[in-house]
Amino acid sequence: MATQSNLAHQDAPQPGRRDFLYIAAGAVGAVGVAGVTWPLINQLNPDASVLALASIEFDLSGIEEGQSVTIKWRGLPVFVRHRTAAEIAEAQAVPLSDLKDPETDEQRTKPGHEQWLIMIANCTHLGCVPVGESGDFDGWFCPCHGSHYDSAGRIRKGPAPKNLVLPPYEFVSDTLVKIG
Amino acid sequence: MAHESSYVPGNAVEKWIDDRLPIIRWSKEHLMDYPTPKNLNYWWTFGAILAFMLGVQIVTGIVLAMHYTPHVSLAFDSVEHIRRDVNGGRVIQAVHTTGASMFFAAVYIHMFRGLYFGSYKAPREILWILGVIIFVLMVTTAFMGYVLPWGQMSFWAATVITNIVGAIPVIGNPILELLRGGFAVDNATLNRFFSLHYLLPFVIAAVVALHIWALHVPGNSNPTGVEVKSSRDTVPFHPYYTMKDLFAIVVFCIPFAWFVFFAPDILGHPDNYIMANSQVTPTHIVPEWYFLPFYAILRAIDFNIFFIDSKLGGVIFFAGAILVLFFVPWLDTSKVRSGSFRPIFKWFYWLFVANFVLLAYLGSAPAEGIFVLLSKIATAYYFIYFLIVLPLLGRFETPRELPTSISESVLKHSTPVGGADPALAKTTH
Amino acid sequence: MIKTKAIIGALLVSILFAAAPAAAQEGGHSTPEIKKEPWSFAGPFGTYDRNQLQRGFQVFREVCASCHGARLMAFRNLSEPGGPEFTEGQVKALAAEYDVADPSVAGGTRPAVPADRWPSPFANEQEARDANGGALPPDFSVIAKARGTTQPFPWWILNYFTAYSEGGPDYIHAVLTGYHEPPAGVTVPEGMHYNEYFPGHNIAMAPPLSDGAITYEEGETGSVPQTTDQYARDVSAFLMWMAEPHLVARKEAGLQVIAFLLLFAGLMYLVKRKLWAKVEH
Repeated sequence: MATQSNLAHQDAPQPGRRDFLYIAAGAVGAVGVAGVTWPLINQLNPDASVLALASIEFDLSGIEEGQSVTIKWRGLPVFVRHRTAAEIAEAQAVPLSDLKDPETDEQRTKPGHEQWLIMIANCTHLGCVPVGESGDFDGWFCPCHGSHYDSAGRIRKGPAPKNLVLPPYEFVSDTLVKIG
Repeated sequence: MAHESSYVPGNAVEKWIDDRLPIIRWSKEHLMDYPTPKNLNYWWTFGAILAFMLGVQIVTGIVLAMHYTPHVSLAFDSVEHIRRDVNGGRVIQAVHTTGASMFFAAVYIHMFRGLYFGSYKAPREILWILGVIIFVLMVTTAFMGYVLPWGQMSFWAATVITNIVGAIPVIGNPILELLRGGFAVDNATLNRFFSLHYLLPFVIAAVVALHIWALHVPGNSNPTGVEVKSSRDTVPFHPYYTMKDLFAIVVFCIPFAWFVFFAPDILGHPDNYIMANSQVTPTHIVPEWYFLPFYAILRAIDFNIFFIDSKLGGVIFFAGAILVLFFVPWLDTSKVRSGSFRPIFKWFYWLFVANFVLLAYLGSAPAEGIFVLLSKIATAYYFIYFLIVLPLLGRFETPRELPTSISESVLKHSTPVGGADPALAKTTH
Repeated sequence: MIKTKAIIGALLVSILFAAAPAAAQEGGHSTPEIKKEPWSFAGPFGTYDRNQLQRGFQVFREVCASCHGARLMAFRNLSEPGGPEFTEGQVKALAAEYDVADPSVAGGTRPAVPADRWPSPFANEQEARDANGGALPPDFSVIAKARGTTQPFPWWILNYFTAYSEGGPDYIHAVLTGYHEPPAGVTVPEGMHYNEYFPGHNIAMAPPLSDGAITYEEGETGSVPQTTDQYARDVSAFLMWMAEPHLVARKEAGLQVIAFLLLFAGLMYLVKRKLWAKVEH
C-alpha cells in the first residue's frame, strides 16, 4: 500500500467488479430482514389455542321443539333453535318479494334438518343480540334499534340491512352438528 | 471534534426540509460522515452490538407483552402459553431471555474494553458516566424481567434482592414495603415490575442517545490512546465502520442463535420452571450469571464492621462495587490513556479480569469451605484495583513511548510485530 | 492473525461468564452422578422418536396420570406434528373418555374435546395431598425442564458447546430406575422410599414401574423390551416432549438460521475486507 494514502474520505467504492459482492451481501441481508420480520408479524395471528376452538361440535339432542339455546363459537353468540312445524310453515310461506334480503327458508337450513335454525346472534345492523320469540314476525327482535326478524332469521322490518348471518356448519349425524 | 457538514441538499424538497428540520443533514453528519479513527479494533464493535441488542430486546419484549399476563395466578401459565400456543412464541421468548444474557456478555466486554484502553479519561468522563448509568439501568431492567415468569427463582430473586433495601437503618422497612406494595413479594410487586420492565428500556434508549452524543463531541478514543491529529487519522463512519460493525453483529448472532435454537434454557435455572411458591425456598438459589460477580461481593461480607452489621456491610460493598465505576476517570491518575503502553498496568488489569471471572464463579458456588475465604480475597482485590492500584500506578509507572499520531502507529505496525497484545490487533494486507 | 485471536478471546470470555452458574450445584452429596442417556432428541439434529413418545404416553396415562396432572397439555397437542402424532380421530376418542369441568353445561362437567387441557386427577392441592400421604405429586406439564443434572467442574463447560438440554429426562430416568434397598445403616422414614438419585434419597412416591407392568402393543418398529428401564426411558422422552412440544421445529429452524448466519457473516467479511483494502489501518 502507498505510504501516504488516505482514500478514506473519497466516496464509497466505484461501481464495477465489486458490485457483485455488494449486491449479494445486500440481497442476503434483505432475506435476513424478511426472515426476522415475518415471525414478528405472524405472532399476531390467532394462536393455536384459539384455532383449536375455531370449529366446535354441538349435541342437539337436549333441545326440545320450540326451544332455543345460545352457544359460543369463535367468541360469538350463536342461536340454535329447534323450530316448531308452525314456524317452519310460516317461514316457507313468505314470498321472496316481501323480503329485504331475499333468501328462501331452504337456503337458510340444511335439507332434512329444516327444524334446526343455526345463526350468529348478532343483529346485522350494529351487532346487538336480538331477543328471541318476539317482534312482529314470530322471530327475533333487536331492542337496540328495532329490527324485526322472522322465524327463519330474515330481516323484515327495521334498520338492519341483512338477514342474521349463518355460520358454516354441517350435520355430522342427526343430533350432532359441527360449526366452523 | 468540530467538522463542517459536507451535506448539500440534492433537490428542492430536501432543501425545503433542511431549512425546517435538518434531519438529513444531521444523519449525514453523525451517522455517515462522522470521522472515526481508522485503527479501531474489533473490541470497538461492541458498541454497535449493544445498540443492536437493545433493539432486539425492545422488539421481542413488546411482542411478549402482547401475550403475557402479569398476575400471580396467570403469569407462569401465560409464559408457557407463549411457548406452546403463540405462533413462533417459543423462539421469540427464547430470543428475549437468551438476549438478556448476550446483552450482558456484550456490555461486560464493552466496559472491560473501556477500562483497558482508558476510554474514560478526559475529555470522555461524561461519556463513561453515562455508560455506567446505562449499566445500572440494565441491571435493574434485567432483574425485574427475571421476576415476570413467576417461577421459583423469579419469586425468590425478587424476595432476596428487595430485602437488600431492608438493610438500610430506620427507613429500610418502610421503603421495602413501598417497593413491594405489600409485606411480601406478591401480585402488586409483579404488576409494578412488569410496568417498570416495560418502561426502563426506553429510558435506556434515551440515555444511549446521550451516550452517543457524548461520544460524538470528543470523537472515539482508539487503541493507541493518541487523539486524532488530522483527517489522515480518520475514516468516515459509513461505509467503513457500518460494514465492519454489521459483520461483527452477524458473527455475534451465531452463538446467540446457537443458544436460542439448541439450548434455550441452558443459561437459566431449572427451578424457574416450577411455579412461584412463597412457602418453599429452592435448595440452592443463584441469580442469573450476569449478576454473579456482584452477588459474590454481597455475600462476601459476613462480618460486622464496627457499628455496621454484616447485612448492611454487604449491601454497602455491593452498591460500592458499582458506584466506584463512576469515579474511575478520577481514580486513574495515569497520563497515558491506553493500557497498551502501560507495562505494569497490564498485569493488574488482567488480574482484575481474572478476578472478576472468579467472583462470578464464587457467586454461583455454595457459601462454604474455601469459597468463603476466596470471596473475601476476590472482593478485596476488586476494590483495591480501583481505589489503590489505579491512583498509585499512574505516579510510579514508566509508560512506553507513545506514537505521535494514529497514522504513525499504523505505519509502524504495517510490519507484523511478534507477540503483540490484542490491544494493537490489526490485520495487514 | 491477532484479530482472530481477539475474537476467539471475546467468545471465550463470554462463554466463561455464561458457564459460571452450572457450577452452582456442586454441593458435596452422596448422590451419584446422573448419566447422560443417548436421547434421540439431543443435539442440534435431535428429533423425537414418534413410537417412543406413543409408548411414553401409554406409561404416563396408565401409571403417572393417576396422581400427576399435566394442566398445560391440551389433547390436541397429541396429534400435532413433531409429537406422538396420534391421528385426530384417536385424540378425539381419547378426549371423550375424560370429563372436564365446564360451568356452562348442566352438571358442571362434560366429555373433553381435543381443544381441552388434560384434566387434573385431583380437584385441588389439599385433595392431592390427602390422597398421597401428605405429599403433593407435582404437575408434569414442564417437569422435564424443571429438573436437571450437574456435572463436575470443568465438564459442565462442554454443555455449552454440545447444547446439552436433556438434564430433565436424564434425571427422571435416573429417579424412576433408582429405587433400591437403603444402604446399611440408613433408615427410611415411615411412608418413604429409598431412591439413589432423589435429592435427600427419601421419596414419598412408591416405585411406580416394574418389569412387565405395562403391556406395549407390537409397534411399527417391532417389539420393545417391557422392562422398568425401557418404561422409564419412554416416559422420560414423553415428558420432555410435553415440556417442549415444539423442539423439533425449533431445531430445524435453528439449523437454517445458523447456516444463513454463516453465509451472511462470510459475505460481510468479504465486504468489510474489500472496503478496508485501501485503508492503512
